[in-house]
Amino acid sequence: MAAQALKDQSYEARIFRARTGLVLLLVVSLLSLLLVRYFSLQITQHKIYQTESDRNRLQLQPLPPKRGLIYDRNGVLLAENRPSFVLSLVIERTPDLEETLARLQGMLDISGADIEKFMQRKGRRRPYEAVPLRFRLDESERSQLAVNRFVLPGVVVEATLVRYYPQGALFSHALGYVGRINQAEEAELDEVNYRGTNHVGKIGIEKYYEELLHGQVGYQNVETNALGRVLRVLERTDPVPGADITLSLDIGLQRTAYEALNGRRGAVVALDPNTGGVLALVSTPGFDTNLFVNGISTRDYSALRESLDLPLFNRAIQGQYPPGSTVKPIFGLAGLSYGLVTAETKIADPGWFTLPGQTRRFRDWTLRVRGGGHGAAVDLRQAIEESCDVYFYDLAHRMGIERLHDYTAPFGFGVASGIDTTHERRGILPSRQWKRDMRNEPWYAGETVNVGIGQGHLLATPLQLAVATSMLASRGQHYRPQMLSAVGGIPVAREAPTQFEAKADDWTVVQDAMYAVFHGKHGSARAAARGADYIMAGKSGTAQVVGIAQDAEYDADELVERHRDHGLFIAYAPFEAPQIAVAVVVENGGGGSTVAAPIARAVMDAWLAADEAVSGG
Amino acid sequence: MGDYVRQMPEASADLARRPQLSQRLHVDFVLLLLLSVLSLFGLVVLYSASGQEMGVVVRQGRYLVLGFIAMLVAAQIDLQRYRRLTPLGYLVGLVMLVMVIVAGADAKGAQRWLSLGGFRFQPSEIMKLLVPMSVAWFLSARVLPPRLWHVFAGLGLLGVPAALVILQPDLGTALLIAMSGLFALFMSGLGWRYILGAIALTIASAWPAWLFLLHDYQRQRILTLLNPESDKLGAGWNIIQSKTAIGSGGWSGKGWLNGTQSQLDFLPESHTDFIIAVLAEEFGLRGVLVLLAIYLLILLRGLWIGLRAQDSFSRLVAGSITLTFFVYIFVNMGMVSGLLPVVGVPLPLVSAGGTSLVTLLAGFGVLMAISTQRRLVV
Repeated sequence: MAAQALKDQSYEARIFRARTGLVLLLVVSLLSLLLVRYFSLQITQHKIYQTESDRNRLQLQPLPPKRGLIYDRNGVLLAENRPSFVLSLVIERTPDLEETLARLQGMLDISGADIEKFMQRKGRRRPYEAVPLRFRLDESERSQLAVNRFVLPGVVVEATLVRYYPQGALFSHALGYVGRINQAEEAELDEVNYRGTNHVGKIGIEKYYEELLHGQVGYQNVETNALGRVLRVLERTDPVPGADITLSLDIGLQRTAYEALNGRRGAVVALDPNTGGVLALVSTPGFDTNLFVNGISTRDYSALRESLDLPLFNRAIQGQYPPGSTVKPIFGLAGLSYGLVTAETKIADPGWFTLPGQTRRFRDWTLRVRGGGHGAAVDLRQAIEESCDVYFYDLAHRMGIERLHDYTAPFGFGVASGIDTTHERRGILPSRQWKRDMRNEPWYAGETVNVGIGQGHLLATPLQLAVATSMLASRGQHYRPQMLSAVGGIPVAREAPTQFEAKADDWTVVQDAMYAVFHGKHGSARAAARGADYIMAGKSGTAQVVGIAQDAEYDADELVERHRDHGLFIAYAPFEAPQIAVAVVVENGGGGSTVAAPIARAVMDAWLAADEAVSGG
Repeated sequence: MGDYVRQMPEASADLARRPQLSQRLHVDFVLLLLLSVLSLFGLVVLYSASGQEMGVVVRQGRYLVLGFIAMLVAAQIDLQRYRRLTPLGYLVGLVMLVMVIVAGADAKGAQRWLSLGGFRFQPSEIMKLLVPMSVAWFLSARVLPPRLWHVFAGLGLLGVPAALVILQPDLGTALLIAMSGLFALFMSGLGWRYILGAIALTIASAWPAWLFLLHDYQRQRILTLLNPESDKLGAGWNIIQSKTAIGSGGWSGKGWLNGTQSQLDFLPESHTDFIIAVLAEEFGLRGVLVLLAIYLLILLRGLWIGLRAQDSFSRLVAGSITLTFFVYIFVNMGMVSGLLPVVGVPLPLVSAGGTSLVTLLAGFGVLMAISTQRRLVV
């Protein structure tokens, strides 16, 4: 107690009083600081936090519009929306993501690619939003999930409407397809209107009429809790569904063309020469567009990509082929118009043609079959009926490439037809200018000769050939080909056609010659016309795939299948009042009159028979 | 008028009698009233904050009853006995802290709990009371103000348990323990050169501490405080949501049970550390003012008890218990409103709690003992 004795109690009490005074000062000032802070939050900044709190509580949720349906001209459904069940995860409600994913993988078929894509999507979403993991759950998968729901926190199964193409491969190239919006598209699309939309037209009609088909997004203002669960809906603006559209395509014609092609690589385009409406647009092989809607699997995609038949390639509008003899009617018309020939002009055909002062022989196709050409006196009608090459070698040479180019261009060669779909290619209509621009080379006279029979640098798509055929049928009416015929049941207005002018007599000469191709004694496609109860006109074409050396023999059997000629055919019917114009390409099919003409005939039969049934009934 | 006249003698008689009653029962009625009002207010807020779960409220009520009993019991114990028992209690506390580290129960990656015969409690909570008492015990036996070696001895007394708690790891509690000891030193008249020197040293060592001592999550908390917007959905979420709750409450609040931030689960930890945000959202600044007024009255009462205490030990204990209580209030309300880092300090007698409630009220029991056990001054 010695220390105690020395302690000065009153001095220590004084020290304590002084310190208590300081403490009191500190307490009061710090409590005042708190008060200022709470005053500033609750009074000064009250409005800001009020808004913040409302924004927390109230969420504007997008209501995606229903995508418009697509019908064929008869009202048959080509593209619809079906409920599809999606497995999603709400990250915030999933305490152990890895374990949950592992559980799900044990239960359902979830691939590594699914997980990878899920992880990518996860990065772009807020933690209370559902992130899709697997699409198209079937019924047994759904019940699996329902039974195990309690061990799968944060797992939700949602029904969404997803595009479905009931006709599958039949319309794959005509319609195109939708797919999930990717990052590049996300940047391009209207951010507001596509909030809540997962799919967008990727190609074809689906892409071309995206705006029409998509519709207008709706909104609902909802009160949610922090987990994002909707507690009540405060207000709602309904979405405007996308327009249902009707196409001029005919499912019967489409099927006929598809089946007539019979698994070969090829394309058929059929147009209505009186409207420009596309009646059929087929490219084979097709593929199941439904595979692409929710992201195609790598396995399926590489199968399609690596197939030598190129099923993803839309031959009808992207395939650029030498048109071969199918262009002869147009060149003939050009000869008549330029006054280089008349219907009576006759030339001698020894089976080959040589340019003045040159020895190179441009051979007629008959040289493979027999010698001697088409005779000593071949006129234009015969030249088209029997497809005499020498007549057109001579005509093209005398016309020259510039006049040939200028006359042919209005028929739609070398330019996009403007059809309402995507990825169309232009083909090539060569000229001196073109060759200088593309190859920086001068034009050679021999090249004109080759172009004269639709070979050489000349390339056209089946669609371009169909457009040209339609003009031959209608004596020069040029329509922009169009698949869309009505929106929401209301027919769309057609663009007025442009008129290509030629003398009526000249048209008659050429059309009669095309008539003879089917109905003439020596018509190259007379076999294909047998048994028809209507009159048709057409022209065959055969396009060389591999260049044949000067004096080499050509034997189709010895050639590898993929090196065989492409068979082409153009036709229209009925002859007097055409209702359909068709272009057919069969890759490596051999001669156009043997392989392509029957396909054109089948398509015309189907169309005119159906037409008769309609008018008759 | 007649009433007034009639009441006067009664009132004065009451005033004359009350010190005797409170001294006889060893109960500080002012403190008891204030603490009771605060606890009841706390229960009302807690009911709303827990999402209207009666279970949470009942559990809290049970601990409060336990705490009030502990308070009344603590008030009965003789002050000299406290002084004699303090070193023993301190040693037992240290042993328990070591046991927590060796054999404690896990809670969110930190070991804070100790089970004794089926009873779980946090020894670190008890140290909040024992540390200032032992520093006071040590200093009150010296001539004050303390000399240099006294200061170091005092620092040792508070440093060892604080270090053990850091190991759990529970930085918030460790800081509070250290602070409660420092307050005893401060109240004893610690020289200003020590205080200023310590402040200078703290600032100088802050950088290495930042680099080597703090856990990632603790650093994250400080960074988040400085810029909560940087990580809206992660670390900054708590502060943004609590500020939104407080701010949207305005002057009069959204009404009891009507706080959207708390009722729709935007506010995390709403019934524990962040409960002041619920109060501020539902009762507005008015409610905050009432709460602060109650706290201020309790603090003033505590300081008053210290001033009237008769020996150094009592003075230092009363002063540091009161100051520690204040630190709770300031740190909690400061962190929830975004002034201070989130360190996990509850709002005393309002936040849901267990051991902390009991020790807090037991501390007030010691204050009551100081307030009511008066000897004749020699």
